Amino acid sequence: MNIVVCVKYVPDATADPRFESDNTVDRVGVDGLLSELDEYAVEQALQLKEGTEEEVTVTALTVGPEKAADAVRKALQMGADQGVHVSDEAIAGSDAIATSLVLAKAVEKIGSVDVVLCGMASTDGAMSVVPAMLAERLGLPQVTLGSRIERKENQIAAQRDGDVSTDVVIGAMPLVASVTDQSGEARYPSFKGIMAAKKKPLETYSLGDLGVDAGQVGLSVAWSTVETTTERPPRTAGEIVKDEDGSGATALVEFLASKKFI
Amino acid sequence: MSEVLVLVDHVDGAVRKPTYELLAIAKRIGSPSAVFIGGADKAEGAAGDLAKFGAEKVYVVDDAEVKGFLVAPKAEVLQQVAEAASPAAILIVSSAEGKEIAGRLAIKLGSGLITDAVDVAADGTTTQSVFAGNYTVQAKVTTGTPIITVKPNSAAAEEGAGAGTVEQFSATISDAAKGARIVASNPRQASGRPELAEAAIVVSGGRGTGGDFSSVESLADALGAAVGASRAAVDSGWQPHTLQIGQTGKTVSPQLYVANGISGAIQHRAGMQTSKTIVAVNKDEEAPIFELVDFGVVGDLHSVLPAATAEIEKRK
Repeated sequence: MNIVVCVKYVPDATADPRFESDNTVDRVGVDGLLSELDEYAVEQALQLKEGTEEEVTVTALTVGPEKAADAVRKALQMGADQGVHVSDEAIAGSDAIATSLVLAKAVEKIGSVDVVLCGMASTDGAMSVVPAMLAERLGLPQVTLGSRIERKENQIAAQRDGDVSTDVVIGAMPLVASVTDQSGEARYPSFKGIMAAKKKPLETYSLGDLGVDAGQVGLSVAWSTVETTTERPPRTAGEIVKDEDGSGATALVEFLASKKFI
Repeated sequence: MSEVLVLVDHVDGAVRKPTYELLAIAKRIGSPSAVFIGGADKAEGAAGDLAKFGAEKVYVVDDAEVKGFLVAPKAEVLQQVAEAASPAAILIVSSAEGKEIAGRLAIKLGSGLITDAVDVAADGTTTQSVFAGNYTVQAKVTTGTPIITVKPNSAAAEEGAGAGTVEQFSATISDAAKGARIVASNPRQASGRPELAEAAIVVSGGRGTGGDFSSVESLADALGAAVGASRAAVDSGWQPHTLQIGQTGKTVSPQLYVANGISGAIQHRAGMQTSKTIVAVNKDEEAPIFELVDFGVVGDLHSVLPAATAEIEKRK
């Protein structure tokens, strides 16, 4: 069985992510890392591998600038078998539409893939649409946003927690799956894993290797455009009171009444 | 005037409030047309409700071949309606499924997509709140039919009768779209409280509750509010994930947000920072949540909340 797990290199959310002058996310000047939400996908890929006797190859796939290879390396340290990094200057500024195209072509090049596994969203763009777009492009079923996933012979079942119901969704492989942060704690790379990762294959593809024309990707052909980005003025702290013998509750109710919430 | 398609979010024919908000937004851009995918017997009632909130046209698509499958068939239906109607824009509620439908639809139609808009102007310019609410972004779709998913509470629903002309639409669902089947569905028990994402007031609890949410719930009920929880409270198993507010849960933007025993980590702030008024109760005066609040009480939520609840009840 072949599993491809898509991983994204994102700006560290605790390091003040920001925009560049062309309104794209600054992916070079801000420290980055493997998106935390993709670690859950790596974990589930490894659990699918460990849950079967058959031969399973887990390939970590990323699209992004040079430093994005760090996201793949982290996945290799966690236990993925090999890595693929699609890197091409023309990709910079790509929207989800173009990113899903590049990912789909890379999945096709990797070949005979049974499961494409993704996280629930990236922690930067946070659109949550790439898994669905990948399924659309690859013509595969999607079993997405699983809080739990399980293999049943040639099928994958996912529990999907919605607002009105909790559903179980099932599809036959090959398919695209995604998992939420409820799917199970992601493992930390062990020292052994970190050492082993250094010897694992990590291939770099250009757009040409995938048969994607540079004119199909990048900021200039994006199907939507960001016109302005404005830093929100920080909220200024309001009145803070210390509760002493019930004074806090009284002050709180007075405040709510003054704002007409009561 | 061009039509603007609004995908109707409903439970068994009962239209959910965010759909009415989308109709109000659609009216700014063009002529609102609701797309109702559901049981034929539920269509008439739904169409009446949709007309009351401004739908000029209601496309009714029988869901016999749609229900029981995830996402893909609905995207096919919308594609076919869009190809017939050539709308000026397509609006979908920013729910998990709504965004996935929008993603597939964007590829099918060769159209740009903007998700999680908190406002949409008459010319289609969207406003989004990104990076944990630290930036406001204005964007516009430049290719194809703009597909925009809009967060609940982004506009006020407007009563104002539309013609509500019902048009039966028969869609063809491909076998490929039926690859992911829903094999079991357990309805969530109604809490009797407002929906978290739609509520005007949200009262939430975190680690500081110690697992006892009774005083949080009582205050919520006194204020007619929804109950929310921080990730710490959800990870501890005190509340279900559907009530989680933050980066990996719900994003809420109510008129009033009351955070109790929540420190205010970046992940949580991402889900509530755009609330109009923020109030916090926390024992730790150093808690970062106090940097955001309009009003804060440094104190034990287990004594402050019951006293406040009693006082609110007394004033009613």
